[in-house]
Amino acid sequence: MKSLLVIAAAEGEEHNPLLPEWIEVVLALVVFAILFFLIKKFVAPNFEKTFAERSAAIEGGIAAAATKQAEADAKLAELEKQLADARHEAARIREEAREQGAAIVAELREQAQAESSRIVEHGKAQIEAERQQAVTSLRAEVGTLATGLAGRIVGESLEDDARQARVIERFLSELETVDAADAGKDA
Amino acid sequence: MTIAASATIAAEGGEGYHAPGPSLFELPGIAGSDVTKPMVLLFLAAFLVFGFYYMASRKRALVPGKLQFAGEEAYGFVRNSVARDIIGGHDFQKFVPYLVTVFSFILVNNLFGTIPFIQFPTFSRAGMAYALAGLSWLVYNGVGVHKHGLVGYLKLQSVPSGVSPAMYPLLVPLEFFSNILVRPVTLALRLFCNLFAGHILLALFSTGGLYLIQHVGGIGYVAGPLAWVLAILVGFLEILVQVLQAYVFVLLNAMYIQGALADEH
Repeated sequence: MKSLLVIAAAEGEEHNPLLPEWIEVVLALVVFAILFFLIKKFVAPNFEKTFAERSAAIEGGIAAAATKQAEADAKLAELEKQLADARHEAARIREEAREQGAAIVAELREQAQAESSRIVEHGKAQIEAERQQAVTSLRAEVGTLATGLAGRIVGESLEDDARQARVIERFLSELETVDAADAGKDA
Repeated sequence: MTIAASATIAAEGGEGYHAPGPSLFELPGIAGSDVTKPMVLLFLAAFLVFGFYYMASRKRALVPGKLQFAGEEAYGFVRNSVARDIIGGHDFQKFVPYLVTVFSFILVNNLFGTIPFIQFPTFSRAGMAYALAGLSWLVYNGVGVHKHGLVGYLKLQSVPSGVSPAMYPLLVPLEFFSNILVRPVTLALRLFCNLFAGHILLALFSTGGLYLIQHVGGIGYVAGPLAWVLAILVGFLEILVQVLQAYVFVLLNAMYIQGALADEH
């Protein structure tokens, strides 16, 4: 009981915690104001600048990367176009070469044919000429030969067939040697 | 009127236990002067906050070091998740220094309640809390009056839109009361009471535990240490409360400013 009274007495002197000490109100405001001023003046601008610079750096990096990408794309497209052009060109050249080759082959074939027909013509003409010559010479000789043969046949007595055959044999073999000699002269 | 929860526990031995009450917060002046501990703590908090931010923001490196990163996180937290998200638009930028100061200053002062050897939350002194709440009141009302003019601002805060005029006699005084008069009171009391009660609670568990061990004996040897364990747990709870109160205070500040700037209530 005694202690309760003591406490009550003590609390009577005690400051009500809800009532402010005015010095504390003022002091808190002053300290807050100082801190606010310092932060506004020295801290916030620095942080804001850093944030702005950082985002600018990042955005700049992204922009630079985008430009590089665009450049690379353009270069790639150009190279592909060049490659396509080159392929096209190569195909064209190949086609041309094929055409030229075909033309050359055709021309050569024509020439060869012309040459061969010329050679054939020439050969034929020569053969014809030789034949004409042979016919002419034969015509000249056949008379003589026939006359010679007849003379011999008449000169010899035509006693039997065996003799007759011998005469003809001899005549013909003479004729052959003459022919062979003629052919040797011709070649 | 006594807020005190002063209770007397009649101990078997005799004298009784004096539970810590409001007198806990009436500290004597340091070395016989009128300067008390919470006054010194105000300056210490301001010094720590500015020192931290200044060191962190000074280098302005694009790739931040640890200190700069911590500073940017703290500043960016208030800037982005409080100022920008709530006030928004292009308006928020000019309130960032104020809101950062409010948050950091209150947070550090609150944490003083837990930091060893300091162990006194500055805003458990009502005057300090009144000062910041009054300042908040001036700021958000000032911003509103500056933007809408006095009449326009009072209309914005007091006349709810989308309500039939028949209800105005009922609603307008109510809105005025809640938006203009009550806000600073709740701001101040919320901050002050949380820290006041938390500090008393800690003191109660600590001194009570000591008393149980020293004077009760018997079960006191079990209950005393148990009280200290609880004191430690309450201490962690207090850290949460201290951080939360700083956050709530700055959040409400931002919301009041946003409400004062809004075009439509």
